[in-house]
Amino acid sequence: MHEMGIILHLAKTLDETCEEQNLKGIGKVVLQVGEVSGIMTDYFEDCWNYFRTRHPRLETAELVIETIPAFTYCDHCGKTYPTVRFGRECPYCHSGETWLIRGNECIIKEIEVYD
Amino acid sequence: MKIIELKETITASNDRDAEVLRSELKEQKTLLVNLMASPGAGKTTLLERTIQDLGSKYRIAVMEADVDSDVDAKRIEMMGAKAVQAHTGGMCHMDAGMTRRALEELNAPESDLVVLENVGNLICPAEFDTGAGKNVMLLSVPEGDDKPLKYPLMFTTSDALLITKIDVLPYFDFDAEKCIERAKKLNPRIKVFLVSSKTGEGMEAWESWLSDAIDSWKQ
Repeated sequence: MHEMGIILHLAKTLDETCEEQNLKGIGKVVLQVGEVSGIMTDYFEDCWNYFRTRHPRLETAELVIETIPAFTYCDHCGKTYPTVRFGRECPYCHSGETWLIRGNECIIKEIEVYD
Repeated sequence: MKIIELKETITASNDRDAEVLRSELKEQKTLLVNLMASPGAGKTTLLERTIQDLGSKYRIAVMEADVDSDVDAKRIEMMGAKAVQAHTGGMCHMDAGMTRRALEELNAPESDLVVLENVGNLICPAEFDTGAGKNVMLLSVPEGDDKPLKYPLMFTTSDALLITKIDVLPYFDFDAEKCIERAKKLNPRIKVFLVSSKTGEGMEAWESWLSDAIDSWKQ
């Protein structure tokens, strides 16, 4: 359900862009998705392929997902580590005073269009 | 074929819609409160009690966002407040566009307070700005005091946290102090209220915060 909701927002932005720039169609959409954004990329692709058959302007739009690795910063020792491998606790000093610095994004990087 | 760089987060268009809606609501002097919680945390019961206590002072309306059914809207109407059922069509959250449509159905300018009872879910409602002036979340005692650790974004985006069903505290291993400490660590400005909609305990503090929020929104 979550993925489908995100696709509706994505489609809205793409529709707006097409209208603003008078574009005929989209050939490719490149998304940058953080490792811990909560989006399941396999499922997202399935949802996209279902959705685009029902949305003529996006019918030819192939989806490309680039993954952004997640990193966490430790406030206590000042080190940065990969989030997916170690989680919330710092692997160097075992502090829980840590913050996600990247890996939570979902960005529309670029689109390939027909004009 | 040509390439257009967008470099825009997926929620950006919703964020813009929400900003516009918020300023319109400010102009109309209608405070929109986005109420978020898990299913069964007691959102509707809290609203029933709040409408009963503040209904004579303020014009209150409620938007019930559910995937399906109108059970909650009927309960609210029984309390004498205006209610509209906004079906999200299977979606797990309300966004600014859906909120706008539901507000139009309610004729929002006639209300001092509109409460959006969001879909029962602690994840995506926090990611999508609805255009609300205040975000309020509920966490009920049976859900456990570890929820700030599991769903940090919800606690970060909320202006107030209501720990509900405190009448059952003696029967659960819920450490209220620890829960508040965890929530404040994520969001130092979050206001915390311990309430029981059933016994009425703690309702006064919550209602006085809400009244202040309604009054200051009008200025």
